[in-house]
This record gives sequence, structure tokens and C-alpha cells, in this order.
Amino acid sequence: MALSTGRAAGTASDPAAGGDARGRRHRGERGRLRGSLHRHWYAWAMVTPVLVVMAVLIGWPLARGVYLSLTDATEANIGRTIGVNVIPSSYEFVGLDNYLEILTSDVFWDKLLWTVVWTVVCVGFHYGIGLGLAMMLNRELRFRSLYRVLLILPWAVPAFVAAFVWRYLYNSDYGVINGMLRAVGLSGVGWLDDPTTAKLAVIAVNVWIGVPFMMIAVLGGLQSIPKELYEAAEVDGATPWQRFAQITLPGLRQVSSTVILLGTIWTFNMFPIIFLVTRGGPGSETEILVTYAFREAFTGVRDYSGSAAWGVIILGLLVVLALAYRRTLRRQGEIW
Amino acid sequence: MTTVTAKRRSREDRGPLASIALHGTLILAVGVALFPVVWLVLTSLKPRDGWLSAELRLFSDSSLDNYARVLGETQFPLWLLNSALVAALTTVLGVFLAATTGYAVSRFRFPGLRSVMWLLLVTQMFPVAVLIVPLYNLMAALGLLNQIPGLVIAYMTIAVPFCAWMMKSYFDTVPRELDQAAMVDGLTPFGAFWRVILPLARPGIAVTAFYCFMTAWGEVGYATIFMSQEDKRTLGVGLQQFVGQHWSDWGLMTASAVLIAIPAGAVFLVVQRHLITGLTAGATKS
Repeated sequence: MALSTGRAAGTASDPAAGGDARGRRHRGERGRLRGSLHRHWYAWAMVTPVLVVMAVLIGWPLARGVYLSLTDATEANIGRTIGVNVIPSSYEFVGLDNYLEILTSDVFWDKLLWTVVWTVVCVGFHYGIGLGLAMMLNRELRFRSLYRVLLILPWAVPAFVAAFVWRYLYNSDYGVINGMLRAVGLSGVGWLDDPTTAKLAVIAVNVWIGVPFMMIAVLGGLQSIPKELYEAAEVDGATPWQRFAQITLPGLRQVSSTVILLGTIWTFNMFPIIFLVTRGGPGSETEILVTYAFREAFTGVRDYSGSAAWGVIILGLLVVLALAYRRTLRRQGEIW
Repeated sequence: MTTVTAKRRSREDRGPLASIALHGTLILAVGVALFPVVWLVLTSLKPRDGWLSAELRLFSDSSLDNYARVLGETQFPLWLLNSALVAALTTVLGVFLAATTGYAVSRFRFPGLRSVMWLLLVTQMFPVAVLIVPLYNLMAALGLLNQIPGLVIAYMTIAVPFCAWMMKSYFDTVPRELDQAAMVDGLTPFGAFWRVILPLARPGIAVTAFYCFMTAWGEVGYATIFMSQEDKRTLGVGLQQFVGQHWSDWGLMTASAVLIAIPAGAVFLVVQRHLITGLTAGATKS
């Protein structure tokens, strides 16, 4: 009915009758576009500021980044102004060469492998430890809120501060970890000098930082599971393990999938820890994709095109993660 | 194993052994969580070269020497000011720009909703590496390198999508009936947003603002590149100086770390109850 009157109004009136149509906004609508403009203009108006900002600050640089990734631009041949001399750009379009070069290089696959290991191990520990602690905190317990607040503390420390603190703890000469080892008669370990221990070290730092978030999120999930379920299960004679596997885990599924995905994305992108704790070293062993691409762009002769190509590849990987995230949200009833 | 049973049993029913194990584990966890922070504070209180040993002589020779040096002899106060300014501007602009968007995507089903949400989600996870080079060139062309507004603009790329996303989660928790009632009473959608919903969402805004502030406060990547000039550095960049490749002074480092962490931590503990809800609102509501 609304549709048919809308059509009628649309054919009957010309642009001059616009004011008239506006007057009858609730009855007739002038064509599909006009009508949806009418109905949705405030929604669009509200979204506009953010879209404009994103288009200018993200869209443009992104487009430019994608373009750079298809050229051979470096610091040496990009256009710039030195004093009064304007040096024109002399880089050229090279098509997919940068991508080919990256995807066929060992360094990319090394970094990708380490990034995946880093992400999986960190998120695994975050979730495992977070779940364990949350289940303990969900019990009736003396000092429960005290434990809770103390356990959240690592989250309150800004990431770069935490990174510096840990670097000091790991310091081979003055660090307390080696100090303790020496105190029990062992020799100190050059924690950040060896690839393996350096990797363990950065993972430990990230686990330390990330557990509180998981713990609190899971605790929230646990508290929303109705207690009657446990009582019924107990009456039916379910063992503690059965109750955990049949009630707790399914009850946590929504929270878990959300936080695990968020955690994965955050860990994948976790810049400050690696950048500040090991500086990617020794060599570039602990460098994950994001820190590697960053360093690529800003050390030596700055390789703008190469780092842009890295960035685009990383973005591609993240979009896959984002798709997974959206699917979980959809399953939870988000409509978009 | 026994975890779930405790839901019904009270504390008295738990065996003493289980109690000890439970508290033991938690105390261990608290120990691990606190140790680096405690050690940081203790080291910062050592005298000038005290950090050169892992030994701890509590109370015998603690001093505020490191703090005096950080505040008096380095550019720490300036960096602190820069950081505070950048973070505050980012927060205000980010929240201001994002509030209406958060409301629109929470309330209205309009064509383009999906794309907007998708955009917000993807841009939130943009790695620094993709945007930094083009942004750097853009800033250089506009003469905004080493300028606080330049860094704020760069942070907008992180803050705006993030804030919009957080605000949406909060607006989702405000009952729709309220705006409907407001509109029935004759307010426009903007009026309903401004006079009814926004005041109700104040706690949500506060938390979003806090999150946003912390993100900008702790950002290192953009700041390292954009603010190379000594007196323009922010904390994350400046602190790298104290422990450089050739020279390091962990005394300065630890004292400044404490100075940075204390206010952040204090505010954090106040708002922490609300922090998680924004991010997982969809999931925990059920």
C-alpha cells in the first residue's frame, strides 16, 4: 500500500512539487531513492562525520599505500622538497613485483610462521589461564574481590611501560630473573640474546599482559550461566567433569568465541611488546609481521613500496580474521 | 574439577586440602601478576646506581633520587605533557565524532548499515604498517611532522572506528523504548539522541573515553616515527632514550615508569568493572 501510493506520487509530481511532498512525508513517497532519503537521512547524517574522517585519514592513505605497493618507491626516489629545490618523484610502476618478491622470500614465510605461533600460543595461554582463574574466582571464596583486583593489575599497566619493565627483568646482567638463577647457583641466561629464549620471553610478557582481560571476560560469562543448570545436573548425578564439559563450556561459547577472536586480532597486531622488549632481535628473529613491516619502512633507505606491500598482505590476513569475527557476531544475533 | 561443585556448596563444605590448593593457586597467580610491578617500584626507589644489581636491600638505602633526576634533569615532564595533550585531544575528538555514528548504527536500520559496521570493524584492526608510510608522507607534505596535531590526526585512524564501535555497544544496552517515547513526545531523532540517550549513556561515554585515552597514551609506532624531534616526543618514544643501545639508565626508566603507571592504574581500577562490558556486550548480555 505504501509502495503503491509512493509510486503514484512519484509519477504525478515534478521537482517543483518537492515542498508538497515533504509536507506529506508520512503518506506518500517520491520514488525509491527519495523515499529512502526521507526515511534515513538522519541516520546518514549521523554517520557522515565518521565516514568523512575515515575516508580522508584511512581511505586516502590506504589507496595511496596500495598504489605505492605496486611501484618501486623508496626514500631515494620519492618526490621531496629540500630547501628551495623540488626533486620530482622518479619511481616507477612495477606491477605485482613487490608482492612476488615478498611471497617468494623465505623471510616472509619465516615471519608468518612465527606470527602464527606467537598468536596461537599467546591466545591459548591467555584463554587457558584466564578460564582457570575465572573459574576459581567464580567460587565462593574468602578475599575474592581482593584477588580479582590484584589479578587485573597487569591490565592497568600501559603496554609500553610493561614492555620496559620486562626488559629490565630479563636483563642478563642486572635483571632479577638471572639474579634469582644465580642465587640458587645456576648461571644466568642471556634471555634476549638467543632466538629461542627471546621468543619465550616475549610470549611470557604478552601472556602476562593479556590474561586479565580474558579472565574478566570469562568471569562475566560464567556468572551469566544459570545456577539451576548445575543443580539439576548434580541431582542427575553428573560428575564435575561432565558438568564442566556439558554446562560450563557450552554456556561460555558466545563469550569465548568473541574474546578469542578479539584476542587473536590484538595479538596478531601486538606492536609495542616486540618492538620494545626485544626490538625484534636477536637479528630479526622475534619480529612478527607488523613489526617487521614497520622496520622495513623506516630503517636504512626507507623502502616505502616494499613496506606498503607487506602492509597490504598483512591487511589481507586480518580481513580473513575479521570475516571470522563477523560470522561469530552474526551467530550471536547481530543483524548486519 | 571441583570448581563447579562449589557453586552449590558453601565454603565450609570444601575440604581443607581443596581450600589450600585453591588459595595457593590464586596466591601464586597474584604473585606472578604483581611481581614485575612490585619489582619496578622497588627498583625505582634504589639509589642512583642501585639498578646495577639484582640485590634488594629494602629500607636500608631507599631514596627518591631517581624520581628527582627524572623530574629535574630529563625531559620527562615535557614528554608527559605531550603525551597528555595528544591523548586528551584524541579522546575528545574521537568520542565527539564517534558518538552519533555509534547511535545511528545501534538504532537505525538504514541502507549502508552493513558497510558501515564492516568498515568500522576492519579499520579497527588496521596494522600500523599499512597506513604509516602514506600518512607519513601526507604529514610531511602538510608540515605536520613533529607537531602534536599531526600525531592526533594519525591517532584518529585508530580512535574513531574504535570509539564508534564501543559507543554502539553501549547504546545497544539503552532500551529503545526510551527514544521511541521521546519521539512520540515530539523530539526529532537528533533531539532524542541529544537530550535523552546521550545523558543516559554517560557511563558508556566515560569508559569509551578512558579506553581511547589509554590507547593514545600507550601508542608507540606512529609516535616513534612522527615525533622524532626531542622536545616533541611522547612518553612511549622518550622512554626508549633511557635504555638506548649504547647507554642505559634503568634508574631513570623505572622511576618514570612508576610515574606513568600510577595515575593510569588508579583510574583503571576505578572503571575496570565497566571496561569489559563494552567490548563483549553482545556476547555477555544473553
